[in-house]
Amino acid sequence: MEVTAKASTEEGLEWEGGNKPFNASYGKLMMWFFIVSDALTFTGFLVAYGFSRFKNINSWPIADEVFTHFPFLHGIDAPMYYVALMTFVLIFSSVTMVLAVDAGHHMQKAKVTFYMLLTVIGGAIFVGSQAWEWKNFIKGEYGALETKGGQILQFVNTDTGKRAAIQEFAQGIDSPRTTHQLSNGIWYKSESSLPTVSLAEVNKGFAASSNLVIRTEQLDEKGRKVVLSRAESLVKIQDATIVVEGANLIRNEYGNRLFADFFFFITGFHGFHVFSGVVINIIIFFNVIVGTYERRGHYEMVEKVGLYWHFVDLVWVFVFTFFYLV
Amino acid sequence: MAAEEHKLAIFRGLLKFKSNQQKIWGVLIFLSVVTTIEVALGIIKPEILSGSFLRMKILNWIFIILTIVKAYYIAWDFMHIRDEKSGLKNAIVLPLVILIPYLAFILLIEADYIFDVMETGFVAWNF
Repeated sequence: MEVTAKASTEEGLEWEGGNKPFNASYGKLMMWFFIVSDALTFTGFLVAYGFSRFKNINSWPIADEVFTHFPFLHGIDAPMYYVALMTFVLIFSSVTMVLAVDAGHHMQKAKVTFYMLLTVIGGAIFVGSQAWEWKNFIKGEYGALETKGGQILQFVNTDTGKRAAIQEFAQGIDSPRTTHQLSNGIWYKSESSLPTVSLAEVNKGFAASSNLVIRTEQLDEKGRKVVLSRAESLVKIQDATIVVEGANLIRNEYGNRLFADFFFFITGFHGFHVFSGVVINIIIFFNVIVGTYERRGHYEMVEKVGLYWHFVDLVWVFVFTFFYLV
Repeated sequence: MAAEEHKLAIFRGLLKFKSNQQKIWGVLIFLSVVTTIEVALGIIKPEILSGSFLRMKILNWIFIILTIVKAYYIAWDFMHIRDEKSGLKNAIVLPLVILIPYLAFILLIEADYIFDVMETGFVAWNF
């Protein structure tokens, strides 16, 4: 008994966290265990994504074609630049965080404050960027048709070789139809906002313009989407049952339905982590300003929050790879 | 306090820094370079790397390996695992290193099997 009592670092506190077998405090240890379990949660999500993708390996959407937007560059095809920028922002905010931790070890209050502020700003930029990314994803760009079996049919202009937007080639027909509302129809049936063009209008526009062909979900051996001939397209378009614009949890214009579901779920879960990280960082930031840790004699709280923040960065590195690169 | 004495060498001692701050900036530069390589490869998609290895594109293997390299440096230098005792290091890293590849392995094999069944089966699911 005496041996163990002497081995404890702080006398008389071995049952109150005074004993540090790993040379790490109770709080830090628990943060680490939380991170391990959270890492396994994200593993579950990403592996489930991999499962769905391998299951549909010959028809999965190509990420480069989905995420092509960059702020203020309208209509310019910029695959991945924006998400790469987001990655740099998050890595940089991770660096300012670790600098804050380092300054905390040297009890430099002003430096900790400054670096914590930079970290909060970096995190806020990242969350904002993700919101913008979501907005573009939800809004969609070209629109598509969906068949009875849930396949997405996209359109390509053979003259330019580029994607054709259904809103542009659809030809208006005289059939006014408004969004069904609870107040003026069957009360238990509702619908979300109507697509800007109807199926009949797309069909008419497609039949009229002979330079349009259908691009299917299927991938060829080189990993490119299979484009049908004009004759095949005219047959295929008869399978279409609904117009799809943008993405939601039920269907999306980019391809497989699961793609949008996983995108929303995984980046949403990660974004929520970033958001709570920013909130926690703000709390710690104010604690630093009012001198809580100066009085406590150490800045270990900054270190613990730092661990969480780095973990969020770590997860993003994987999300970035599996959603945008692979 | 363990955190006071940082191990300042990275790349197995190839690169030694004078202070912890310097090491942080050094790691940032390294991570930025790796990310830039990843993005460049992702945009160019070189034809040479589109071959297949273990039923996955070589390019995708490169992405995954570079990601793990990045994860290593974030955990080791930003989260200071390098400075922790080996007991804590193992308690954190081993469960992840064992469980994650295991889960990925069984689920991806299963998904590949389901793909084969749907591809060669008699039921039309792609109508």
